[in-house]
Amino acid sequence: MSPVTDNLKGFSVTFRHLFRKPVTQQFPEYKRPVYPRFRGRHRLHRHENGLEKCVGCSLCAAACPADCIRVVAAENTPEERYSPGERYARIYEINMSRCIFCGYCELACPFDAITLGHDYELAEMSRDALVYTKQMLLEPGPEARRTPVAPVDPYDIPAQEDGPA
Amino acid sequence: MPDGFIVTAIKSFVLVNLVMVMFAFMTWFERRLIGRFQVRLGPNRVGPFGLLQPIADLGKLIQKESLIPVGSSAFLYLVAPVISLFSALMVFSVVPFGGQATIPGTDYQIYLWIADPNVALLLVFALGSFSFYGFLVGGWSSSSKYSLYGSMRAVSQLVSYEVSLALAVIGVVMMSQTLSLTGIVDAQQRDGVWYIVPQFAGFVIYLLASTAEVSRIPFDLPEAEGELVAGYHTEYGGMRWAMFQNAEYIALIAFSALASILFLGGYDGPVLPGPLWMLIKMFIFLFLSIWVRSTLPRVRYDRLMTIGWKVLLPLATVNLLVTSAIVAYRA
Ligand code: SF4
Ligand code: SF4
Repeated sequence: MSPVTDNLKGFSVTFRHLFRKPVTQQFPEYKRPVYPRFRGRHRLHRHENGLEKCVGCSLCAAACPADCIRVVAAENTPEERYSPGERYARIYEINMSRCIFCGYCELACPFDAITLGHDYELAEMSRDALVYTKQMLLEPGPEARRTPVAPVDPYDIPAQEDGPA
Repeated sequence: MPDGFIVTAIKSFVLVNLVMVMFAFMTWFERRLIGRFQVRLGPNRVGPFGLLQPIADLGKLIQKESLIPVGSSAFLYLVAPVISLFSALMVFSVVPFGGQATIPGTDYQIYLWIADPNVALLLVFALGSFSFYGFLVGGWSSSSKYSLYGSMRAVSQLVSYEVSLALAVIGVVMMSQTLSLTGIVDAQQRDGVWYIVPQFAGFVIYLLASTAEVSRIPFDLPEAEGELVAGYHTEYGGMRWAMFQNAEYIALIAFSALASILFLGGYDGPVLPGPLWMLIKMFIFLFLSIWVRSTLPRVRYDRLMTIGWKVLLPLATVNLLVTSAIVAYRA
C-alpha cells in the first residue's frame, strides 16, 4: 500500500461514516433506561405498615467512604412512632455533591432501609439543594420530578453473547 | 469601480455581510458535518437544525471579558486580529461572483464584483500574506511562549507553502495569459475547458498548499492544540479570538472561491445563474476541506516542512516547466 492508496482508503472510510445513522441519544427527550443494578439517587424505604425501616443506627454513615451521610437518631415514643425499633432517624441527610454512588450505605444497612434507586438526573443550580433531607429521600417521597420513566425495555442495548456488558 | 462610487459602496457593504453570513454558516456546517463524520449529530438545539448556533455562540463570545495579558504590547495585541480579519475580508473585493447582472425589476446593470484589477491574483496573494502579519504580531505581542511558537510556525509555514501555491497558480496564469480573475474565467470559457483538466497537478498542489495557507488540519501546526495550547491565539479571548477565527474561516472561504475561479471555471456553468454556480463550487471545496479535516491527523512539523520544500515545490516547478513548454509550443 502506498501513502496515496492508504489515504484514499481513509477518505472512503470517513465518507461511508457520513451516511451512518448517528448514535447520539437525544437526552432530555430520550432518557436512556438504566440496568436493574444501576446505582442512582438513594431511597429510604418503609415497612408495609407505613413505619420507616431506618432505625437510625448510623451504620451507613460509618460505611460511607465519602462521609456524606448525616444521621441524628431519636427515641421513638408510643405517641410518636416512626420505626419499629427503639430509635428512628430524626435527621437523615445525604450530601449528594459528595456521594460517589458506591452503594456501601446500602450494603451496610442491617434493615435494607436505604437503597440506591435509578434516578440519575441530579443536577441542581446550587450546592445547598444537593443536600437531600429525609423528607426528600423517604418513600413515597415527593413525586420524584426527575425519575426517568423507562419508555422501553432497559435491555434495549443489543445483548452481547456473554450477557449485558 | 465600473459602477460608480455609491453602488460600489453598497455592493461592498452587502458583500461583507454576505461573507459574514457565509462564515457563520460555515461554522455551523463544519460542526454538523464533522458530527456526522463521527457518527454523531452535532449542534441541533438552537433553531431549526441548530442553524442559529453561530448566533448563540456570538452572544456568548460578546459577553466574555476582554482582557489584555500582562507584559503584552497592548496596541499590537489589539490590532493583530483586526489586521487578519481585514486582509481576509479584502480578498473578496476582487473575487467575481458573476459577470454583469440586471437588478430585478429595473434596467440597472451592475457587475457582480467589487473591483476587477488586472493584477487581482497578485493582490490576493499579497493580502493572504498580509493576514499572516496579524498572526505574527498577535503571537508576538501577547508575551506568551505558546503564542510566540505558534506565530513563528505560522510564518515559516507561510513562507514554505506560499511559494508552491504561487507556482501552482502561475500554471493557470500561463494558460489564461492574465492575472485578472474575471479574465481567467473568460479564458476558461475561451479554451472550452476548466483548468482543473490541463492543470490537474497544479490543482492538487493548490489544494495542499492552500490548506497549509489557511492552516487547516492536517496543516494546522500554528495552532496545534496538543502542543501549543492554541498557538498564536492562546492569549486571546472573546470577540478578539472570534476575529481570528473569523479571519481563518474567511480565508478558507476565499481560497475556496479562488480555487473555483482558477480551476473550476468560476461562475461559468450551464442553466443556473453564475453566482449560484460560484456558490456550488465553493461549497464543494468547503466540503472537501471538512472531509479532509475529519479524516487526516495533523502532520509532524518536520514533515510539514518536508512536504512543502521537498515534495510540493519540485512538483510545482516541474508542473510550471511543462506548462510553459506546452504554452510556448502552442503559441
Ligand atoms: S453511595 Fe457510597 S458515597 Fe453515597 S451515600 Fe452511600 S456510602 Fe456514601
Ligand atoms: S439507613 Fe440503615 S444503616 Fe443507615 S441509619 Fe438507617 S438503619 Fe442504620
